[in-house]
Amino acid sequence: MTMIDLRGVRRDFLVGDQTVHALDDINLNIAAGEYVSIMGPSGSGKSTLLNLVGLLDRPNSGHYLLDGEDVTTLSDVQQAHTRNRRIGFVFQAFHLVPRLTAAENVELPLVLAAMAPQERRRRVATALQALNLSDRARHKPEQLSGGQRQRIAIARATITEPDVLLADEPTGNLDHKSGGDVIDTLEALNRRGITLIVVTHDAELGARAGRRILMCDGRIEADARTGTA
Amino acid sequence: MTGSDISRFAWTALRGYPTRTLLMLIATAIGVAAVIVLTSLGEGARRYVTDEFSSLGTNLLIVFPGRSETAGFNPTTMMGETPRDLTLDDALALTRSYSVRRIAPLNVGAADISWRNRQREVTVIGTTHEMLAIRHWELAQGDFLPATDLDLATPVCVIGGRIRSKLFGARRALGQWLRIGDRRFRVIGVMASEGRSIGVDVQETVMIPVASAQQLFNTPSLFRILVEARSRDAIQPVKRFIVDTLKARHQGEKDVTVVTQDAVLATFDRIFSALTYAVGGIAAISLMVAGILIMNVMLVAVSQRTAEIGLLKALGAAPRQIVTLIIAEAFLLSLLGATLGLLLGQATSAGIRQAFPVLPAQAPVWAVVTAVLVALTTGVLFSLLPARRAARLDPVLALSRR
Repeated sequence: MTMIDLRGVRRDFLVGDQTVHALDDINLNIAAGEYVSIMGPSGSGKSTLLNLVGLLDRPNSGHYLLDGEDVTTLSDVQQAHTRNRRIGFVFQAFHLVPRLTAAENVELPLVLAAMAPQERRRRVATALQALNLSDRARHKPEQLSGGQRQRIAIARATITEPDVLLADEPTGNLDHKSGGDVIDTLEALNRRGITLIVVTHDAELGARAGRRILMCDGRIEADARTGTA
Repeated sequence: MTGSDISRFAWTALRGYPTRTLLMLIATAIGVAAVIVLTSLGEGARRYVTDEFSSLGTNLLIVFPGRSETAGFNPTTMMGETPRDLTLDDALALTRSYSVRRIAPLNVGAADISWRNRQREVTVIGTTHEMLAIRHWELAQGDFLPATDLDLATPVCVIGGRIRSKLFGARRALGQWLRIGDRRFRVIGVMASEGRSIGVDVQETVMIPVASAQQLFNTPSLFRILVEARSRDAIQPVKRFIVDTLKARHQGEKDVTVVTQDAVLATFDRIFSALTYAVGGIAAISLMVAGILIMNVMLVAVSQRTAEIGLLKALGAAPRQIVTLIIAEAFLLSLLGATLGLLLGQATSAGIRQAFPVLPAQAPVWAVVTAVLVALTTGVLFSLLPARRAARLDPVLALSRR
């Protein structure tokens, strides 16, 4: 069943007096539960594509249907609500709030959703336990290793039980071993049903995905699948 | 987000940047404290003057020779040009009303006094026995001027405490003959040390019977007549009685001015209230400055925390929630600053009261409430701009900045 449906999506940026087509007529379907990697050189538009899918950006033209609903026409507030409930982000730079503890960082999306405190704490404890990070709950981000930070960020991205997890270079700031831990965590989530979209430079990481999209100059150059789709 | 979540988040944001928070707290606190201390000084001055005037006596009316065109109290009535003198007979005529409890005619002049080889220039007040009761003065030794007929020039005097110590030192003053001008007076009393009031320092005066003073200064006229009404309600009837009586005695011409103590009090009250409002207003400007500082700091905070705001948006914070968070932070900052300033201001006022007991420096309630409200509203108003800027931040740009 198609979950993400991009139809004729364009996104232009004005750089100086020149218009750059970051996304040039993109048509893309992604089904629920897929594991997709998006690869391509710098400036190929892969991050822009991810931002559009994550509702952080709006296309200049074209439509984006999420579960059949056109989300490009939603208001800011509705988009924010959709991001909160249905989409999780994992960033290369982790983006943990430095003054909050690990647990408080994980709790943040639930706080924004105005969930009751007891329920919040219960969920956060479960999420941290699942990632084997219970003993780090009261640590500040600066007291954690890079791998631990990214896994906290993953816990935060998935705490609202979203349908889609968007990861932008999730291992870009990590060494090989912690990068492997992070990938294992993401793939375990995908096996439990979450739709996983990873943007990466890393060919080895990109190759692990069931569906590999190659982008260049704002267009999809290749779209390959292995196994059953 | 619930209210407690918002305030907790704002609190962690303030704690996350302690230096910035501390400086802002100080700025707001100084503003609030300035309003409280300055208005408490103004209020203290007002109450000081009011108390001084009340100590002139109770239910008091003051009769001046001369007329001012407008009723009430103004500086020219103090200087009073004199078309027709007030005389002792005028004063006597004023006793003929049930509503008048007592009167005291008053004559004032400067004269040299001497005892043996010691000499001194002092203020000499000519008055009567009633003066003691009207002004609530107290005696340290002896008696006050005797209760005799007004026109009896008895050669006795009552001296202020400081004059007694300067002239007689440790010796007994009572019964001594004091030379005032070219006459001799026997000292029959010494004033108690308290009893200071506007214009006259009792410590530095010599009091003699009014008729003696008229002889001494060679004048038939009086400087003032103090009239004490029987009650507060009697003040206005007594005022009419005085004017009518003196008008009849002065060939139908109203050439005296009667000022009630209330009118004098009300005037000073107005002057000092205006003064308090003025200094309060000036101090409030410092609060506005604090508000602008808050705006600056919140703008810096927004650009410092661009990534954090972008993240909040990515996590699903609506623009409204971002605005709420930033305003909550500024509000919390102003609230803490205002509380700090309130304590600081009240403590300083209390310190002033301790150091200068005569000055009842206590900030009026309206000033305290206004100071705190102005601090809070400026805090919130000046954080609207930074908050809106934060809410409009493009999350993609905000997050891509490392």
